[in-house]
Amino acid sequence: MRLLYSLSLLALAWAAPALGLRLGRNSVAPDSTAVAPDGQIPAALKIDWSVPLPGRGLASPIIVGDKLFLTCASGPKQERLHLFCLDAANGRKIWERQLQATGRTMSHPKTSIASSTPCSDGRHVFALWSCNDLAAFDLEGNLLWVRGLTTDYPNASNSLGMASSPIVIGETVVVTIENDSESYSLGVDAKTGCNLWKLDRPKAANWSSPVPWRAGAHATPVAVLQSSKGLLAVDPASGSRLWEYTEGASTTSSSVVASGIIYAASNGVTALSPDASNAAPKQLWRSKQINPATISPLVLGGSIFSCNNAGVILAGDIKTGSIQWKLRLTGPFSGSPVGAGSRLLAVNEKGLVQVVETSASEGKLIGQVQLPLNTETKENILCTPAISGNHVYVRTDSTLWRLGE
Amino acid sequence: MKLSLFPLVCLCAVSAQGALDQSLQALANVGREGQGNEAASVAWKEVVQTGPASLPALLAVVGKGSPVADNWLRIAGDAIVQNARAQGQALPVAEVEAFLKDTAHPPPARRLAFDLLKEADPARADAVEPSLATDPVQELRRGAVQRLIDAARTKEADAAKTAYLAALDVVRDEDQTRAIVTELRKQSVPVDLPKHFGFLMQWQVIGPFDNSERKGFETVFPPEKEIRLDATYDGKSGPVKWQPFVSGDEYGKLDFNKPFGMLKEVTAYAVADFQSTEERDAEIRLGCKDGWKVWLNGQFLFGRDEYHRGQQMDQYKLKCHLRKGANTILVKCCQNEQKEQWTVEWEFQLRVCDGAGTAILAAATPAK
Repeated sequence: MRLLYSLSLLALAWAAPALGLRLGRNSVAPDSTAVAPDGQIPAALKIDWSVPLPGRGLASPIIVGDKLFLTCASGPKQERLHLFCLDAANGRKIWERQLQATGRTMSHPKTSIASSTPCSDGRHVFALWSCNDLAAFDLEGNLLWVRGLTTDYPNASNSLGMASSPIVIGETVVVTIENDSESYSLGVDAKTGCNLWKLDRPKAANWSSPVPWRAGAHATPVAVLQSSKGLLAVDPASGSRLWEYTEGASTTSSSVVASGIIYAASNGVTALSPDASNAAPKQLWRSKQINPATISPLVLGGSIFSCNNAGVILAGDIKTGSIQWKLRLTGPFSGSPVGAGSRLLAVNEKGLVQVVETSASEGKLIGQVQLPLNTETKENILCTPAISGNHVYVRTDSTLWRLGE
Repeated sequence: MKLSLFPLVCLCAVSAQGALDQSLQALANVGREGQGNEAASVAWKEVVQTGPASLPALLAVVGKGSPVADNWLRIAGDAIVQNARAQGQALPVAEVEAFLKDTAHPPPARRLAFDLLKEADPARADAVEPSLATDPVQELRRGAVQRLIDAARTKEADAAKTAYLAALDVVRDEDQTRAIVTELRKQSVPVDLPKHFGFLMQWQVIGPFDNSERKGFETVFPPEKEIRLDATYDGKSGPVKWQPFVSGDEYGKLDFNKPFGMLKEVTAYAVADFQSTEERDAEIRLGCKDGWKVWLNGQFLFGRDEYHRGQQMDQYKLKCHLRKGANTILVKCCQNEQKEQWTVEWEFQLRVCDGAGTAILAAATPAK
């Protein structure tokens, strides 16, 4: 696990307010809080470098060791799928692999089929696209396996595009392919790509991502699947149902987990305390004010933060849900905020990177920098940024940037 | 000494080729739900380690298995080319180019050949691309067609018109077609888009049947049991019978709101007679944002119970086989209960074409 702790991984929620879509977060860390444990967010950020991308996408980059992994999709129908491995220090391409989409590639024009953030167990990277192509590589670019889930389950798709991100827990890659038609979640053997289990899921479009949760520091993590019905915890190895929360949940924002508490994107935010008994989780508090809208919340220190699409950051007490402060940033937002130390970072659709010091009594905007977006193509930022060390990575349809001090 | 080693060298070469063939076959054999993945994972590394020499044999296997198998092979091809370029190894570009030019090879294999050629020798790929304007693979045409469009843009008046008309002859992608047609119409050149794409415009329609609680999608209403154009059935709110409907939309949209009114929780059917001049493989391509099912000659092709998530031309490609003579295409289209402004559409568009998107036009219906 020490290795996994050292990964600079990030947060990853994306949401398009007009669509209600979102991209989920994925994490191999014990918590799934949208926080980089060893990261720092400089107040005075500047652009270190940028690299052009050959295709569209809003999936967040992930950083594993000194490598950055990023997906995109190119071609007139987004039919060509790319996974890049770049040197996180300078953006140099180390390797690239391409797939041909085997499923449907239609999406709303604002989004893209490269919407799901890859995940990693520290030795491999697992990438999923909205056409349900799922591939596993080692960090050197050797293919472990590739699946075409639409070939297996042909009616599983969403014409707006899907966006749930995979997570990897132990030897299982968990994917949620939930939509109006053939809706399911799948546990895939990380080594072979074969099914370990398959669960029928509610027939309803769902862009939220599963999160890992564990009963204690030494407990085996479980996968918490989110849908409009609520949360379902399953054993990642067998898919067996462990416990359920049935009071509904967002199909756009994803839940977060910190110190064993699930801050569910449900009725605003509902703090849940499951335990090892597999009984229904105990509700600690519920706040309809801390409403993450279509963006995923963030837990940083003793506070939980939500950001609505217009840009109002709302801080709540993590123990009670009571409101601590509100701060208006410049919106609109699709990507979710991320955090490190006591600082929160959010990037609006127009490319304005904003840094907030959350330890200030009312929160304080302490820095901002404007990314030079391509105005001709009217590109915008839909992704959630990633933090590694004291660097921030942000991407658009055309460019990946690294920001630093 | 040379003589004594010769059989051994030959044996090794044959053995290596045999091992490569076995590895490639393991990639081609992957099946549903990850069947064969473990063997393929080992084989993938063996193929990549073989290096550039394996590319012709690799291409020969693409298109012989499933699309997922093709991705195993595509990723291997990518890795081989990238490794070779990094190590300064020569790539068999002439063989790859020859493979691309042989239209007898399966479309996925030729697409991969072109992609590998672009990666290995961009200048060579650039030189080949203009020759692909009439290629039987739709995706391979695109670059060549774009060159024709770009060239037409540099011309004026009649020369431009001639150039755009030439591009229209070979274009298959909707966005490129739209660009060409826009320019031709500026010059008052008439373009028959339904004919260009092969949209079916003349239908018989019947409805409304029920779709309360979205149950109509799975309900077998009489048109799914029989096609009798003179029949009358019990519909959702009274007797219903077939009536002719001709689409006036140049992208072939059949809007059920026109004959039946703007209804909700309803199901309707449309049937068309398609006279094929020959027995042949074809594709029925559909765009629809409502629940739908399609049958050809009584055989169910596919259906989706998704509502109002989006519609575009060629959204669904249904492979099929046409009989010579009369073919019956039946479409079921279900409207749901949603009341938002963006859920008004109760429509579909359907065309018949080949794998390259070239319209297959129906022959005239024989006089009865």
